[in-house]
Amino acid sequence: MNRIDQTFLRLRTKKETALIPYIMAGDPYLERTEDLVLAMEQAGADIVELGVPFSDPIADGPVIQRAGLRALKWKTALKDVLKLTADIREKSEIPLILMTYYNPVLKFGIDRFFKEAEICGLDGVIIPDLPPEEGRVFLERSRQNGLNWILLAAPTTPPARLKTLSGKTQGFLYYVSLTGITGASLKNFSEVKTRLSAIRRLTDTPVAVGFGVSTPEQVRALAGMADGVIVGSAIVRLIEEHMDDSDLPAVVAAFVRQLKQAVAGGRVRRAVKTGLAHS
Amino acid sequence: MRTLPDQNGHFGIYGGRFAPETLMPALTDLERYYEASKKDKAFQSELKEYLEKFAGRPTPLYFARRLTKKLGGAKIYLKREDLCHTGAHKINNTIGQGLLTKRMGKRRVIAETGAGQHGVAVATVAAAFGLDCEVYMGTEDMERQSLNVYRMRLMGAKVTPVDSGSRTLKDAISEAMRDWTTNVRTTHYILGSVLGPHPFPVMIRDFQSVIGTEARRQIRSAEGRLPDCLVACVGGGSNAMGLFYPFLTDHKIKMIGVEAGGHGIESGKHAARFADGSAGVLHGTMTYLLQDDDGQIRLTHSVSAGLDYAAVGPEHSYYHDQGRIHFSHVTDDEALAAFDLLSRVEGIMPALESAHAVAHIVKLAPRMKRNQIIVVNLSGRGDKDVMQVAKMRGVKL
Repeated sequence: MNRIDQTFLRLRTKKETALIPYIMAGDPYLERTEDLVLAMEQAGADIVELGVPFSDPIADGPVIQRAGLRALKWKTALKDVLKLTADIREKSEIPLILMTYYNPVLKFGIDRFFKEAEICGLDGVIIPDLPPEEGRVFLERSRQNGLNWILLAAPTTPPARLKTLSGKTQGFLYYVSLTGITGASLKNFSEVKTRLSAIRRLTDTPVAVGFGVSTPEQVRALAGMADGVIVGSAIVRLIEEHMDDSDLPAVVAAFVRQLKQAVAGGRVRRAVKTGLAHS
Repeated sequence: MRTLPDQNGHFGIYGGRFAPETLMPALTDLERYYEASKKDKAFQSELKEYLEKFAGRPTPLYFARRLTKKLGGAKIYLKREDLCHTGAHKINNTIGQGLLTKRMGKRRVIAETGAGQHGVAVATVAAAFGLDCEVYMGTEDMERQSLNVYRMRLMGAKVTPVDSGSRTLKDAISEAMRDWTTNVRTTHYILGSVLGPHPFPVMIRDFQSVIGTEARRQIRSAEGRLPDCLVACVGGGSNAMGLFYPFLTDHKIKMIGVEAGGHGIESGKHAARFADGSAGVLHGTMTYLLQDDDGQIRLTHSVSAGLDYAAVGPEHSYYHDQGRIHFSHVTDDEALAAFDLLSRVEGIMPALESAHAVAHIVKLAPRMKRNQIIVVNLSGRGDKDVMQVAKMRGVKL
């Protein structure tokens, strides 16, 4: 069982929702990313998502686009982020997930990626432009290597497809809260709630909600509906505003702590199950 | 060859549907509507009527007598897509997708544009069909194609500047895909070339293949036989695929796609994907790309905004590997010289994109026999480029 599965299992026992912050690796620079991950863990993050910059991030809004550009100024590449993962792994057992686009992984080599990911202690990967139809090799390797390939579902996803996605995803299902890109603002909570209960009827796999979640209030509202809440652009914006400050990790940690308190303030909506679908 | 792509939109290893989950159902829907429209007689007759009476088809196949004589080799025929309404072949596709938009019950269309020709063709169809329209265009391209920006606005389209990345076509496509992801329930994305996730490459190829279907009939009637060679410029590759597709199984006919050589391949400032690229995924499709060792998309350069793009249509990639379509490239300077040449010798001012195809035949025709025939796709007219060319030459208008 990998660290992501263990985390959701542990949190379910405590009836707690996972807080999953996202930051862009290499923003403002790579050494800082390690400080930030460790500070966020201290502040209560349960899982951390690390962005790997791509020149043409079609699923990202302006905030994460700018973060990607800053990271690309240093030529931050997949190999560097894998190395960073290994460095963090020496100091921490927090589950780490990479979020990137397909081309950098393809160029790196799919087999090489899975091999090195395992060595570095990476736990999961999210690729918004790789749907399961195009990822047969990816699925095979992820099953062999124990690296979770986390799939996304969207508000536009029809029920039959939702069932396929939740059956194929590993670790958790990433539910995109709105039709849009990262950094948009989620307003319609009742739709999210309806969709999440529909997903719940289909699968036991943990579900984490992301896109458009930026405030402790939103996190509190969502905590009761999902197994995990993902916050990206709001943290990345904070990093942008404070990137030159020596206390950047403390600033980010303070915000993450607020988010974690908000998560704890929400209620997990169901009792503990003994097993997970993909353990 | 006629069975490609497969049901998932793959041309061999190329093509496919590498799209965000939010868009997957819209792509499936689009495919369903498109497949139905092929068998729908009412749709087909409406399409035919708009192509004839709105776009002005068929376009002539013109024997370029003086150019042929000047080059002293093969006979050169020009497929006059520059005479289409709005000045380029782009309208063939936008009429088709505009009609599909109405069938799908969507009220808004969006588009990317490089040279502005596709943007103008979308704005035109949106006006004609009463649809809301927003066009994304890189700020660099807005400057060099300011005339087309104003044309779009005159027809009621909103032109939204894209200031990210290289500020050209690539970034305009990214921004259009972000808009589509956000507004997918009400909006159709009229992609302008044989690019993007399935079914765009096959659908756009089919809408554009009217070019080759006409050219085939016209050259038979003019010469009593099929040509020896077809030449077209390739940005995304829709005008080229439109001309080539109906001739693909005529194995004796050579097909040449001409890419933007910019300042030359060795300079690194170009958009010659086949000369200097490798397979990868960009904007929803697997195809030849200009990319670096980390899989980041490289910046491109071309004097022609419509060819200034890091990827190429996946079907071109497939036929490149098969050896069925050959690819060459010409530099900015060669294209500009061809722009002058065709203007002066034939009284036809080509778009800078199409001037790349003309520049290639300047090299090719003299090496061919006088009884051989070349058909060149003159994909667009050069009016939009006049300001840019004047500015480059220090002429104040």
